[in-house]
Amino acid sequence: MRFSGSAEYVATDDLTLAVNAAITLQRPLLVKGEPGTGKTMLAVQVAKALDVPLLEWHIKSTTKAQQGLYEYDAVSRLRDSQLGDSRVHDIHNYIVKGMLWQAFTADSPVVLLIDEVDKADIEFPNDLLRELDRMEFYVYETRELVRARHRPIVFITSNNEKELPDAFLRRCFFHYIRFPDKETMERIVGVHYPSLKKSLLREAMEVFFEVREVPGLKKKPSTSELLDWLKLLLAEDIPPDALRSKDRKTIIPPLHGALLKNEQDVHLFERLVFMTRAKGG
Amino acid sequence: MLIDFFLKLKSHRLPVSIKEYLTLLEAMGSGVIGPSVDDFYYLSRTALVKDEANFDKFDRAFSEFWQGVETIPGIEASIPLEWLLKQVELQLTEEEKKQIQALGGWEKLMETLKARLEEQKGRHQGGSKWIGTGGTSPFGAYGYNPEGIRIGQDKGRNRSAVKVWDARAYRNLDDSVELGTRNIKVALRRLRKFAREGAPDEFDLDNTIQSTAKKAYLDIHMRPERRNAIKVLMLMDIGGTMDDHIKLAAELFSASKTEFKHLEFYYFHNCLYDFVWKDNRRRHSERTRTWELLHKYGHDYKVIFVGDATMSPYEILQPGGSVEYFNEEAGAVWVKRVTDVYAKCVWLNPEPEEIWGYRQSIQILKELMGNRMYPTTLAGLEQAMRVLAK
Repeated sequence: MRFSGSAEYVATDDLTLAVNAAITLQRPLLVKGEPGTGKTMLAVQVAKALDVPLLEWHIKSTTKAQQGLYEYDAVSRLRDSQLGDSRVHDIHNYIVKGMLWQAFTADSPVVLLIDEVDKADIEFPNDLLRELDRMEFYVYETRELVRARHRPIVFITSNNEKELPDAFLRRCFFHYIRFPDKETMERIVGVHYPSLKKSLLREAMEVFFEVREVPGLKKKPSTSELLDWLKLLLAEDIPPDALRSKDRKTIIPPLHGALLKNEQDVHLFERLVFMTRAKGG
Repeated sequence: MLIDFFLKLKSHRLPVSIKEYLTLLEAMGSGVIGPSVDDFYYLSRTALVKDEANFDKFDRAFSEFWQGVETIPGIEASIPLEWLLKQVELQLTEEEKKQIQALGGWEKLMETLKARLEEQKGRHQGGSKWIGTGGTSPFGAYGYNPEGIRIGQDKGRNRSAVKVWDARAYRNLDDSVELGTRNIKVALRRLRKFAREGAPDEFDLDNTIQSTAKKAYLDIHMRPERRNAIKVLMLMDIGGTMDDHIKLAAELFSASKTEFKHLEFYYFHNCLYDFVWKDNRRRHSERTRTWELLHKYGHDYKVIFVGDATMSPYEILQPGGSVEYFNEEAGAVWVKRVTDVYAKCVWLNPEPEEIWGYRQSIQILKELMGNRMYPTTLAGLEQAMRVLAK
């Protein structure tokens, strides 16, 4: 199994290499990067390209590692015992399988996405060490050992909100998705909007990278914001000329709300535009 | 051969483990990559480095290691001067340009560069004279000489293609470079300590149960809400040599304001003397006596100085040394008083740590602070916060 990008996802050389190394050696791949650079999409696209099922486990601040393995539903067992249901004699009926269990016991290899692992409690990654390393865990209630029939391809994404423990990191491959350069960005846009006019794309890219270079922005616009913005430009049918002017710095790009998500950033940007205008005029 | 590579990474203080090294070997054995250096670079990075903050260190180590293996086309050929000029103009601020004028102007600098280029035969790293990387010579890249000319890695090495690791694209992620506002916030959060003080208005379940069981009747307990009880007094250097760093200081201030319950800030100029002020525009009319400061804010305040500590040593050590007025007591006396009153205090210095050793005034103040001077990098700030939070 080898991954080499897909029709809908542009993967750079270093990214494909990291993915392939993780697939070949059956180790989890930890993916970090600026928000909106396609960390979560990576797992989705790899699953699609390799034509295997995808299991997604989204992590929240309240998620416990145990929930990914299994949960024992004691409350419904208690209710069933009071109603005299015969199911009550078999504890297996009350074990709810988690994402990891499902991934381990699937008939064919699957792609497992553990999304935003840094949102969880600080001990969360430590609780998954053995499970991710040996791909097995023990169910105390039924006294059975669940072992992976096929080692799943595991993707873990992180937004860097918490530091991950060294022991966890040692077991993973790591890739940091850089913000794409202009060329890669053009390819990405081409994949999403194949019918986009060249002139509009060129103007839009210039504006986009200019906005990104404004110093002091709280949140720089990212790939996903550029794609949203282009969608809006297309929907509103804005001609390329509207993005162009004699001195591009003197106009505020139309629909800039899609690029700047913070009112302070918008103010800053407007002020800068005003200043250049005052200087020029 | 790869053992050497592993040891090279170790010597660059990269946290690599044997397990990761074995993984790398396993990956090479299983044929994940073809026989290409770029592939090897990507694979070893993905297997060995687990934090983008270390990517830059890794790039440097890799580049150093690889030089022994790959033959490098020499750089004795001339670098187009027009290009250099353009590049220099891009890099320098107005102020720096003025400084260069003071040093003898463009022509002289460019002439020296030309001469130096002719003398030099080969790539160079470190040191203080040759054109290269990481040194203090005015010529080259990534150095610290203020009047330096940056010769970029990407085009300077003519004939050889751009090497990924030499592009050093991850410089900004290295945690020993200076910070943005968000990074500062993350580091300052370490200092946050919650304490319960004030009116009891929160239901205390544990205590209620315990006390009810003990007294055998319902005994409700309340407790005050948890609040951020850290108190910080910030003293910031303003004007003069600090103008370069004023933006950084402002960022530091705006980031810290949201992090603490009590945050007081005052400005001083170069060194702390009899007076401090709150509003820089009215610095001469509305001043606060430093004695008042020491009496007003209790000793449980934590003091953070922000300043480049770059001045003439007389301004610290001599009475009357201040550049603004005649101070009866030396700056050193005042700094000593502050450190005596406040057990927890640190000095954050926006100047790069490498040059501290060369400035006498920095050394003096560092000593006065009991070595508690830290650079305003993420790593430095974390160290400082650890000291304050202890």
